[in-house]
Amino acid sequence: MANLTINGKVQKTDSPDDTPLLWIIREELRMTGTKFGCGAGLCGACTVHLDGEAVRSCQTTVKDAGNKKITTIEGLGGKHPVQVAWVAEQVAQCGYCQSGQIMQAASLLSKNSNPTPEQVVEAMDGNLCRCMSYVRIKKAVLRAAADIRSRKEA
Amino acid sequence: MNAHNKPAARAGLDRRSFLIGTGTAGLVMGFIDPLKIAGGVSEAMAANSFAPSPWYMLTADGGMTVYVGKAEMGQHVGTALAQIIAEELELDWRKVKLEYPDSDPKYNDPILGALITGGSWSVFMNFDTMSRAGAAGRMTLIDAGAKAMAVPAAECTANNSRIVHKSGKSVSYGELVTKGVAPRAFTADEMKAIKLKTPEQYKVIGRSVDQLDIPSKSDGTAKYGIDAFVPNMVYGKPVVPPVRYGATVKSVDDSAAKKVKGYVKTVTLNDKTGTVTGWVVVVANTYPAAKKAAEALKVTYDMGPNAKVSSESLLAEAKRLQADGSKALPFVKVGDTAAAMGGAAKTIEAEYTTEINIHAPLEPMNALVYNDGKAWHVHSGNQFPTRSIGVMCGAMDVDPKTVIHHQYVIGGGFGRRLDGDMMVVAGLTAKDVGRPVKLIYGREDDMQMDFTRPLTFQKVKLGTDASGKIVAMEHDVVSAWPTARWGIPAFLTPSLDEKKTPYDAFTVNGADHWYSIPNHLARTYLNEMAQAATPSGQLRSVAPGWTFWAVESMLDELAASLGKDPVELRLAMLDGAGSNAGGAQRLANTLRTAVGRSGYGVAKMPKGTGMGVACVSAQERNAATWTACVAKVAVDAKGNVNVQKLTLAMDVGTAVNPDGVKAQIEGSALWGLSLAMLEEAKMKDGALDVTNFDSYAPMRLSGVPDIDISIIANGLPASGCGEPAVTVIAPAVANAIYNAVGARVRSLPITAKAVQAAMKA
Repeated sequence: MANLTINGKVQKTDSPDDTPLLWIIREELRMTGTKFGCGAGLCGACTVHLDGEAVRSCQTTVKDAGNKKITTIEGLGGKHPVQVAWVAEQVAQCGYCQSGQIMQAASLLSKNSNPTPEQVVEAMDGNLCRCMSYVRIKKAVLRAAADIRSRKEA
Repeated sequence: MNAHNKPAARAGLDRRSFLIGTGTAGLVMGFIDPLKIAGGVSEAMAANSFAPSPWYMLTADGGMTVYVGKAEMGQHVGTALAQIIAEELELDWRKVKLEYPDSDPKYNDPILGALITGGSWSVFMNFDTMSRAGAAGRMTLIDAGAKAMAVPAAECTANNSRIVHKSGKSVSYGELVTKGVAPRAFTADEMKAIKLKTPEQYKVIGRSVDQLDIPSKSDGTAKYGIDAFVPNMVYGKPVVPPVRYGATVKSVDDSAAKKVKGYVKTVTLNDKTGTVTGWVVVVANTYPAAKKAAEALKVTYDMGPNAKVSSESLLAEAKRLQADGSKALPFVKVGDTAAAMGGAAKTIEAEYTTEINIHAPLEPMNALVYNDGKAWHVHSGNQFPTRSIGVMCGAMDVDPKTVIHHQYVIGGGFGRRLDGDMMVVAGLTAKDVGRPVKLIYGREDDMQMDFTRPLTFQKVKLGTDASGKIVAMEHDVVSAWPTARWGIPAFLTPSLDEKKTPYDAFTVNGADHWYSIPNHLARTYLNEMAQAATPSGQLRSVAPGWTFWAVESMLDELAASLGKDPVELRLAMLDGAGSNAGGAQRLANTLRTAVGRSGYGVAKMPKGTGMGVACVSAQERNAATWTACVAKVAVDAKGNVNVQKLTLAMDVGTAVNPDGVKAQIEGSALWGLSLAMLEEAKMKDGALDVTNFDSYAPMRLSGVPDIDISIIANGLPASGCGEPAVTVIAPAVANAIYNAVGARVRSLPITAKAVQAAMKA
C-alpha cells in the first residue's frame, strides 16, 4: 500500500513497491495518456515528471515516486505552451510518442526557456518518434520556448 | 505488372446506388448495393427500411460527421477524405467531425472490397467516389432548399453550408435537416454523370486545414488499442520461442511463476492457422505480474526446421536461386534481352542487397478480446480488419459473423498492423481463460516476432550500344513473398509466361520503371527458405523500397562508367516514348525540380563531399507518385557518412492537404534515411538478433539532416504520399557517397565499414 501524488491528487495503490509507475498510472488509474513503448527506458513514450524532472515511468518504481509530485500529460492541462505549439506546428502523426515528447519538452523549458537548437536536440534525443516527426518536434519546442519567453515579458 | 489499383468492379461499386435518407440522428448518405435489398430501392426507401452504409451524415446543428473506414495511423486520412467530401458538398469546414466505425463490411473500401489501409491508396482510390458522394449530397440539398424557399432549384447554389437563392435569400443545411429532406436515390449511371469541380474551383481541397486528429494526440486523450479496458479483464504477456518460426512447445513448468502474486495461468497456444508457432501466454491480474511470471516460466522447445537459418544462409539461397534461373517469373518482358545483350557494345552488372528490417511501431502489438454472451469483441487498432478477424476466427473456430472489431487510433502501422497475429494470440487465450484478456506484447516479443521486410537480393545487368545508349536491362529480384502469405488469390498476379504462375507483385513493383529501354526483362523469385523461416510483411513502401535501390544505383554506376552526368543520363531515358508517355515527363520534371533546388552542379563541393540523385515512380506503376531526391553527404576517411541535406520534390497531382503531404514526405524521407543508414535485423540461428531500441535503433532527432521539400500540385488526379519518399533516399545517398569519395556501396544498411572498404577498392 502506497500513496502517490499524481497531478495534485493523492492516489492509493496496493501494487508491490517495485512495480513500475507506468503500469499504475496507465492500467490501475487509467490515465492512458502515458504510453508503454519499450519497458527499458529506451524510447521515452512513458515520460512523466517527478518533481518537475522528466523521468521514464517504466524505470521508476512506486517506491521511487512515493514522496514526490508526479505529473502526467493529463496534468499539463491541454493549454500548456508546449501543447499549444504542438498543435500549431501540426506535429503528431500516429501520436503515440507525443505525450512523452511533450513531457520531455515541458521539463526542458521549465528550466531553460531559451534553449539553442543544439540544446533542444540534446534534451529530446532520448525520445523516439517512429513516424519521424522530428522536423516538427524541433520547431515546436523552439516555438513553445518563444511563447514562454513572451509570456514572461508580458 | 500489378493490377490492384485498377478501379475494378470487384467490390460491385459499378452497380451500387447512392442513397440519401433520413436516419435517426440526421441526413445519412451512402452507397448501397440494390441487389441486396428485397423489393427494390425505392420501395425500401418508401418504407424507410433500407440501411445505407453511411459515408457521412449531416446533423440538425449543421455539422457533418464523416465515417472513416480507414485506419488512422498518422497519415491523417480522415481529414483528407472529409476535405474531399466537403469540397463538393459546399460545407463550412469548421463543422466537420470524424468517426471511426466498428467493423462492418458496409465500410469496406469501395474499390478493394475490404477494410484495408495501405499502399498509399486511400486518397488515390477514393478521391473520385468521395467527390461524387459530396456532390450528390449538394444536389439533394439544393432541391430541398429550393423547395423550402419556394423558388426554382436552377436559381439556387450551395455555399458554406447554405443553399442560396439568386435573390440573396438562403437557408442553412442545419435548417433543412431539421425540417427533413426527401430521401433520394442516385443510380450508378447518375453518379457517373455528375460533373465534378475543376481544380481552380476548389475551396477546401488544397488548403492546409488543421488535421482533425491532432489535438487529441497532443493532450493524451487519443485512444489507442492498448488503452481499452473492460470489466473483469486479465492481462496476457506472450512468451515467445527462441526461433522466429517453426518451434513447438515441449514442456511448460510454471512452478516458479505460481509464486507471483496475481498469477492466473499459462496457456500454450495451438494455432491451427499457423500464424504463430511455439507461443505461450502467461495470464495474470496485472501486466507487471504477468511479466514477472513470464520471466519465471520454464519452457522447453523443439526448435523445428528453421533453427539453423541465418541472414548468410538466406542470402546464399537467394544467390543460388538467381544463378539457377529456373524459378524465375517474368514481371516485365519487353523485346529480347538475351539477343540485345549479345549484340551490346558494353555490358555491366551488379548485385544489390537489403538486410531484414522490422516495423517496430511504438505502440507494441496488443488486443483485448472477450465474449459478452452474444458476440466476440476485439479491441485493437488494425490496418486490415477484414483479414485479421478472419484469421482470428479460423484459429478460434468461431464464426466471423459473431465477431465485432472495435477500431482504434493506431500507434504506428507502417504495414505491421496489416497482420492480425495479436488478435489470434489474444483470442485463443481469452477462449481458454474464459475471461476478457488484454494481451500486450513486450517490446522484445514485438521485435523478434515482427513480420519483417524480407532480406532481398537483386542482380541487374545493363547493355549499351556504341553511343552509350542502354539497349537492354535485366533485373532479377529474390525475396520472401509477404503477400503470398495472406492466402488471398486476388492479391497475387499471374506471371507473364505461358504458365501464368501467381506471384507477389508487391515484391517487384518498381522494376517496371518509366525509363525507355527497348529490351527489358524483370523477374521475381520466391526465396522459399526465407518464406519458411522469416514470415514477412509489408513494410512501409514495400517493393519500391528495394527495387529502386537497385535501379537507381545501377543507373549511376552506368553513368560513371560512361563518364556521363547521372542527371542527363536519366533525363535522356525519360523521353515518354510509347507506354511511358505522361509519367516519364512528370518524373523528369520532378527530377529537374529537386536538382534545381539543390544547387546540383552549381556549387563547388569541398573534398569528401558530394551530391547524389535518384528519382522513383513508387508505389505502383498504375498508382505512381513522382518523387526525386538530391542527397548531399560528407564522408570521412573512416567511411563515416554525414548526410547533410535532402532536397526532395514530389508530384502528387493534387495535394488535398498540402501541409499533410509535407508531413508525410518529412516522415517518410527520414524513414528512408533510417533504413538506408541504421536499421538492420540480422537472422541468426533462426532468430532475429534484435530485442529493443538499443539493438534495433531507428533514427533519433540528432540524426535529422536539413530537408527541403517541393510539392508539385499540377491539377492532375491525387496520388498517395505516405510511402514513396522512403524509396528514393537510399539510392540518392549511395550515389552521393560515390560522388564524394568514389566508393560504391551495394548493401543496405550502408555501414562505415562498407564505405571504407569500397574507398580502398
